[in-house]
Amino acid sequence: MITFEGVTKRYRDGTVAVDDLSLEVPTGAITVFVGPSGCGKTTSLRMINRMIDATSGRIALDGQDVREIDPPTLRRGIGYVIQQAGLFPHRKIVDNVATVPYLLGWSRKKARARAMELLELVGLDASLASRYPFQLSGGQQQRVGVARALAADPPVLLMDEPFSAVDPIVRASLQDELLRLQSELRKTIVFVTHDIDEAVKLGDTVAVMRVGGRLAQMAGPATLLTEPADDFVREFLGRDRGIRRLSFISAKEVRLSPAPSALVIDEDGRPLGWRTGDGLAAYGTFNPETDSLRVALDAALLSPNGIAVAVDEAGRVRGVAGRDAIDELLAEHAPPAAGPFRDAGSPRAAGSPPAGSPPGGSGAGISEGVPT
Amino acid sequence: MSEEPLIRWDWIARNWANGSPTAISVLLENHVVTAFLPVLLGLIVAVPLGLACVRWRWLYQPTAALMNVTYSLPSLVLFSIFLSITGLTRSTVVIPLTFFALAILIPAVVDGLASVPDSVRQSAVAMGFRPARRLLLVELPVAVPVVLAGLRVATVSSISLVSVGALIGQGGLGNLFIDGWQRQFYTPIVVGIVLIVVLAVLADGLLVLAQRLLTPWSRARRTT
Amino acid sequence: MNWLAGFFGDAGHWSGPDGIPARLLEHLEFSAAAFFVAALIAVPLGMLIGHTGRGALLVVVAANAARALPTLGLLVLVVLLAGVGTVLPVLIPLVVLAIPPILVNTYEGVRGVDADLRDAAYGMGLRGRQVLFQTLIPVALPLILLGLRLAAIQVVSTATIAAFVGLGGLGRFIIDGLATKTYADVIGGAVLVAALALAVQFVFVLLDRVAVSPGVRRVR
Repeated sequence: MITFEGVTKRYRDGTVAVDDLSLEVPTGAITVFVGPSGCGKTTSLRMINRMIDATSGRIALDGQDVREIDPPTLRRGIGYVIQQAGLFPHRKIVDNVATVPYLLGWSRKKARARAMELLELVGLDASLASRYPFQLSGGQQQRVGVARALAADPPVLLMDEPFSAVDPIVRASLQDELLRLQSELRKTIVFVTHDIDEAVKLGDTVAVMRVGGRLAQMAGPATLLTEPADDFVREFLGRDRGIRRLSFISAKEVRLSPAPSALVIDEDGRPLGWRTGDGLAAYGTFNPETDSLRVALDAALLSPNGIAVAVDEAGRVRGVAGRDAIDELLAEHAPPAAGPFRDAGSPRAAGSPPAGSPPGGSGAGISEGVPT
Repeated sequence: MSEEPLIRWDWIARNWANGSPTAISVLLENHVVTAFLPVLLGLIVAVPLGLACVRWRWLYQPTAALMNVTYSLPSLVLFSIFLSITGLTRSTVVIPLTFFALAILIPAVVDGLASVPDSVRQSAVAMGFRPARRLLLVELPVAVPVVLAGLRVATVSSISLVSVGALIGQGGLGNLFIDGWQRQFYTPIVVGIVLIVVLAVLADGLLVLAQRLLTPWSRARRTT
Repeated sequence: MNWLAGFFGDAGHWSGPDGIPARLLEHLEFSAAAFFVAALIAVPLGMLIGHTGRGALLVVVAANAARALPTLGLLVLVVLLAGVGTVLPVLIPLVVLAIPPILVNTYEGVRGVDADLRDAAYGMGLRGRQVLFQTLIPVALPLILLGLRLAAIQVVSTATIAAFVGLGGLGRFIIDGLATKTYADVIGGAVLVAALALAVQFVFVLLDRVAVSPGVRRVR
């Protein structure tokens, strides 16, 4: 666990980058610091591995004040991934990944073996190991950056806008990869981004920061979407919060009905389309085991008759869910009545943060609104 | 000898313009001509040659290699070699210095044109510029700061290198060094060094000014 | 060409203290001494300035001054002031003129190292010295070598001119030849110096191939 206690960073010219920040980063989960530029999110991150030292306050790593640890030693125990990957251009990929193991005095053979293992873990072909960074694409470099940070198996990983320099498609796949890795590794990850969608997608907990280095709200993503603490957070979250919130509700509980005869199915049980007067019409599918309610709703909207087709992993039809079935689940997960959810966009609804904070859907993480 | 001051002002007054061919003002004039001629010639040759190197990429590699070799040769060596062709004339200094200027200016022209952002080039094409017009109105102006940076280096180097020509009797102010050495007399040497440095600083300043005027859209580039 | 044949064909030019081998050795000695002293001063200084960012003005001034200062004038003045006859005073201008190219390029090389790279290096727990030796120097190496190469050529060139103020070496053939109007010696000496300069250039090209990581070699 990483604890910030009244941490302030004031530069010599008087600007305050981080102002009296207190929060807890839970072990084994992804905590995202998000906010507009100038909100102190990167500064906060960099104070953890002492790339920057706080002016006042205390940052503790599992109870120990980081100021008591010599910076290089501290940093060797914390993985660090930055925007442009920051790979050493003069070292081959394998040696880049093995940097920290070398620093820790591992044998060359062991360090390289570990590096190869990590390259595989982050989904890079072993043939890339002997290349130099300039021979890799931006996305590949970023994967190497992640592998390098993981090399010495540090319990904590700091990621400073690691995916913001790559194109949206590569970014999405890197995000998915990170979530997959995290499900195996269970690291304590602090992730900085200015992209709220990325924050909501990756974070178990999201800390929204405002300009001047103050914490605006810290909550699980689902709670954040339904119960933004104030106007700033609401505006920062952007449009379609209601729809986006559905990403955090599993479609597992959607009531399925047997497929009607209008659904044409091939011999393996895969859907071909809805029978209409002049042939087959489009259809939408979702997998109740893995998909969210948002996907189910989307599937329903894609079919001419408003019925979503539920499939299993192999793509075989398991049943269908009409809009009524989806509505039932939506009602079950309706946001709290007192929340400002229904008033999205209306400036007059800018109330104080909701009093009690009921759990918002299945979103993980802590859900305390932190008013500032 | 130990009492000899670094500078005797009366000597300067007597020798500034005394009508002799070794008067300081005459040497200064000689120096200026011998130093600027190579830069001017170099620029006249470097622009078309640089353009050719950009147009036909294969030309650049050998040209750059040749210029690199030229640049690594000591000036006295080139003067000595040209001595056998052009004798004890001004050309013996001007021709080698022109090669030195080229060695700086051709890469500057090529880099300058390479510094034109592709978006600028593309939008010029898209607006319907024909190649010649595009070169003249878009690419060359954008390349000017880089070319001028090279021109500054070439000019200052040329001013300083001319003095070596004194060893073959064509060194402008450099002749003061020979004179001072032979007579164990500091004043001419100090005068020569000061005038050459002042000349270099003035020329550099003028080029910076020219860049400000020619390319008000770009701040003067620092050259080191 | 006749002059060249005359110069190199003369058996007297191949032995004795005035012979080509002896003069070449002298030239190499002075040049190497001046070069190493200059490198010893300028490389650490350039790294320090590039790393800390303090004293950048010094680098700019040194670079411009070195270009504008007339070599011959400096040589003549320093040797006259320090006293004719010994080698040491001649070495001073040689060193002084060799420092700026090394200083400027080392500074530019170290300063030009990507801020992200530095950040990553510190972030992974490299200590100051490790950052310098494992990151900054390898990445700045192409420019450091360029500076050393320019300085080496500068030294060879200045040492040639220094024959005028009494230094030995290959420049003697040129200077003495000019004084006695023995143009065969002038041309012959010039060819020898040219060959030496090209050899120096070649050594540095080789060094670049061997020492610089393919990951940072500049494509030109």
